[in-house]
Amino acid sequence: MADEITLEVVRYRPELRIEPVVQSYQVPLREHWAILDGLTYIKDHLDGTLSFRWSCRMGICGSCGMTVNGDPQLTCATFLTDYAPGPVRVEPLRNFPVIRDLVVDIGDFMDKLPTVKPWVIRDVDSPVEEGEYLQTPEELDEYKQFSMCINCMLCYSACPVYALEPHFLGPAAIALAQRYNLDSRDEGASEREDILSSPEGIWACTFVGECSAACPKDVDPAAAIQRYKLTAATQAIKNFLLPRGAR
Amino acid sequence: MTASHDVLVIGGGGAGLRAAIAVAETNPRLRVAIVSKVYPMRSHTVSAEGGAAGVAADDDSLDEHAYDTVSGSDWLCDQDAVEAFVHEAPRELLRLEHWGCPWSRQPDGHIAVRAFGGMKKKRTWFAADRTGFHMLHTLFQTVLSFPEIVRYDEWYVTKLLVDDGRTYGVVAIDLATGRTETITASAVIVCTGGCGRVYPFTTNANIKTGDGMALAYRAGAPLKDMEFVQYHPTGLPFTGILITEAARAEGGWLLNKDGYRYLQDYDLGKPEPTPVMRSMELGPRDRLSQAFVHEQAKGRTIDTPYGPIVHLDLRHLGAELIDAKLPFVRELCSKYQNIDPVTELVPVRPVVHYMMGGIHTDIHGATPIQGLFAAGEVACVSINGANRLGSNSLPECLVFGARAGRAAALFAGLYGGRIPPAVMAQGRDEEDRLERELTRHLDGRERIADIRTEMQITMENGSGIYRDRDSMVKAFDELQELQARFADAAIDDHSRTFNTELVALLELSFMLDVAESIITCALHREESRGAHQRTDFPARDDERFLAHSLVQREPDRAGRRVRYLPVTITRWPPGERVYGR
Repeated sequence: MADEITLEVVRYRPELRIEPVVQSYQVPLREHWAILDGLTYIKDHLDGTLSFRWSCRMGICGSCGMTVNGDPQLTCATFLTDYAPGPVRVEPLRNFPVIRDLVVDIGDFMDKLPTVKPWVIRDVDSPVEEGEYLQTPEELDEYKQFSMCINCMLCYSACPVYALEPHFLGPAAIALAQRYNLDSRDEGASEREDILSSPEGIWACTFVGECSAACPKDVDPAAAIQRYKLTAATQAIKNFLLPRGAR
Repeated sequence: MTASHDVLVIGGGGAGLRAAIAVAETNPRLRVAIVSKVYPMRSHTVSAEGGAAGVAADDDSLDEHAYDTVSGSDWLCDQDAVEAFVHEAPRELLRLEHWGCPWSRQPDGHIAVRAFGGMKKKRTWFAADRTGFHMLHTLFQTVLSFPEIVRYDEWYVTKLLVDDGRTYGVVAIDLATGRTETITASAVIVCTGGCGRVYPFTTNANIKTGDGMALAYRAGAPLKDMEFVQYHPTGLPFTGILITEAARAEGGWLLNKDGYRYLQDYDLGKPEPTPVMRSMELGPRDRLSQAFVHEQAKGRTIDTPYGPIVHLDLRHLGAELIDAKLPFVRELCSKYQNIDPVTELVPVRPVVHYMMGGIHTDIHGATPIQGLFAAGEVACVSINGANRLGSNSLPECLVFGARAGRAAALFAGLYGGRIPPAVMAQGRDEEDRLERELTRHLDGRERIADIRTEMQITMENGSGIYRDRDSMVKAFDELQELQARFADAAIDDHSRTFNTELVALLELSFMLDVAESIITCALHREESRGAHQRTDFPARDDERFLAHSLVQREPDRAGRRVRYLPVTITRWPPGERVYGR
């Protein structure tokens, strides 16, 4: 194994020039080193001006998503040796405005997330003193995988619909809406219906499935969307056929 | 530029989010804001794995939770705070359940609880082994339902504005634009978490640089019990990634190089095939990490390129249990160590994990500076004393986050009003300083990473699991040198747009101050208690040191003084810590 590998980092510094440029760095190629370790090596020893986000370095905080050799990845959970002998191209996540270097602007997602009301909605909220809402392990399993979303934005980066239609709510926001819709403690599905069934909601999705393939936590947003399409279609038929009180 | 709020929360992790909700619930008219250097769902609470303690089972009692916590703390906690904590923890955990936290369940739908180290009864609520992640996202998503809670995401606080013993807000940088702003507030709650990154080998995320501790310390607030640094016994050897105590609670064994369950040699009980509460692998973290050091001295650990290790054996638990209860452990071992714990031994070694010490607060999260509150790992109430029990920190974030939020709301409601001109002048001075930091050191000679690395090694050598006077005096001197070298540290990056090098510089400056406070307290405490083990003073000394250390900057910032505050004892007089017998 060679003892170094080249990282070709796509850099964008708005104060210097309009267009991104590629800058190459030689970093040690070591067992157990993630792409992120290569980037922090650059930052600490070669070039302090390279900007990127990272925090937990254990694949749970969702900070360090980037495009690695064309694919959206958590750079703390993607390893240099898997790309040997290199070079490895590291770019910012696609489909987002770039703030600087590898840092993208996720403000669009942060604005969309509250619109799907990702919190428990109850007709009547029982006092805490009365104890927990019972929920069997089977009921937990109904929504559990959708609760695993770490908001890393890899699915938005992979989504061809979001690339063309920035108003699309997107995979993670819809999956999180479904996470609550499917939670036995929640009674808010009707409050999420308008936004999910809008043109920017589930119907924009063409079911390419890239979101589920990209997810580092095995969440299946495509399934959440397909499942909600069925729910929404059924609801639409009910709305058409039944009087209001019986829906 | 100036913005203004009634209550400003610094930090968007478990404690900060809970505090913000408490403010909004206590007084919906108050303008509350959260300023955080990362998006809240990136906060380090996300990495907590094993669970959150709160009495739930019929065979358990608040007194037993309190006693386990008190004895676990080696009697250094304040027992009134512990009693309030154990009383309010179950309700806080239930509240989180109502907000949607996906707690693991029993077949009948009730909350499931698991065993944990140092706890006599099963009382640790869990969401598989991603408890912190689920708690954090539940809190964050619940915060979204409060439109009155304003957020400053990716803003970095550099200074607390304090005048005449009262706080009036902060100065912060908007990272995306580099804009600095004075944000005034009637009350400020510091919830920035711990400082594991002052050590070289830690479970802590990159963001855990002790910012809030240093902010308060610089503003004149005392830090309490800073010498008590928790080493978790089971970190992965290269990365320091945490392998949760739940792995041992579910039945995992610690083995030395001979495959021997070595904890039996350290007064922690006899090895049984299944877990025994408060015994062996379910002993407290301080004792387990100390046992490792003795095993190493006896030559019974295994040398690896990443230091000596022992093995965590989960193989006998089987794939089904591991996938159901410890799926994240399996994922982490596979990704970061290339092993499968179902069939292979997991290499582990002690790793810096948690600060028992922090900003001195009372039982309501109030600091001695008026209007300044703190909660979570950054604070020291103290319920953790000389050694925190696993699964007490997550409920601590909730209980004392909520308490601090309520107290801050009350304070802000009573004492709002005019900001003194001196405070605005302080704000302008700080903005000017930051401008100079950004452009300084074009010819500086020192690299940030070099100083940081040397500080970390200094801390490990000077105040590791075992310390003595010589090692600490040396470390103290080295820290003074590093402070001097820091003045000559360079930054290459002079951009205003998302300048992470400027943040790293400011973080390093905070860490150097926190490191100094740790060494200072450790030097003064001439006894061994909990996580503070001195080879030159090997015994606990209740006569002199059944007391909290408080370290405070002198007003001229040149010196520091240490004084002691008696421990509050309500019902459990100091006794022997007994495990496994």
